[in-house]
Amino acid sequence: MESYLYGLGGGLMIGLATVVLMISVGRIAGISGILFSSIKAPSGNLWAILFVLGLVLGAALFHAISGAPTPAFSAPIDLIIAAGLLVGFGVKFGSGCTSGHSICGIGRLSVRSIIATATFMTFGFITVFLRLHLL
Amino acid sequence: MNLLFALLCGTLFGVGLAMSGMTDPAKVIGFLDLFGDWDPTLGFVMAGALMISLPFFQLGLGKFKAPMFADVFRIPDRTDIDPQLVTGAALFGTGWGLVGLCPGPVISSLSYLNKDVLFFGVAMIAGMFIADLVSQKLANKGALSPQS
Repeated sequence: MESYLYGLGGGLMIGLATVVLMISVGRIAGISGILFSSIKAPSGNLWAILFVLGLVLGAALFHAISGAPTPAFSAPIDLIIAAGLLVGFGVKFGSGCTSGHSICGIGRLSVRSIIATATFMTFGFITVFLRLHLL
Repeated sequence: MNLLFALLCGTLFGVGLAMSGMTDPAKVIGFLDLFGDWDPTLGFVMAGALMISLPFFQLGLGKFKAPMFADVFRIPDRTDIDPQLVTGAALFGTGWGLVGLCPGPVISSLSYLNKDVLFFGVAMIAGMFIADLVSQKLANKGALSPQS
């Protein structure tokens, strides 16, 4: 139950950050796009670099202030590289990730984003099903 | 001023990701594990975010002529459903389901100084650049509709 409330609270903050970024800088808070432009064309996208730095800082701040333990993560290196390549290729090829399509795009009632979200959720469900219950 | 706001929004977004559990790959997999011990938390995250973004984009945004610290609102205007969109989303979903990491949480999790997250991030950025090259090649060939 507490985890659901933290989820809802975190979601509200994510939504607020999305809205404030649009009102102030005029940009969609689509993280894959922001990350890509901050690396490909850093000089014209200082705002994107600062947004990316903020993401790191924000998570550090949350754990420093709340005292919540940082989540553990480890996986075989070949799995990490394969998954990383798939995620990076997929979000760039498909014009967005969970933030750009599922929060901004669905908020805009964009048909492209609704279809993208339905597609990656479905493939996420299928992959986890295959990996945990069949293979 | 726009730089300060970009930093503030990124920070707020990062706090939200960490608080919500999105930076915990085990929780993400728990959400994607529909047929196992399903953890609905991520549904609450999305609901919370949409409770703010949906009314804003539908009702609030129209009241602004321009952003406070930029000339124009940059909002995607494509409406076509092309094969590239669906293919990309399918590949993303597959990678997401393999380890439970998507781009925002990957960046925020760099603060945890975990080498596996760092490796994932490097592979993810490499994947983005490969996709960029491939979509440029496809656009030049005219095989798919051009990027907006």
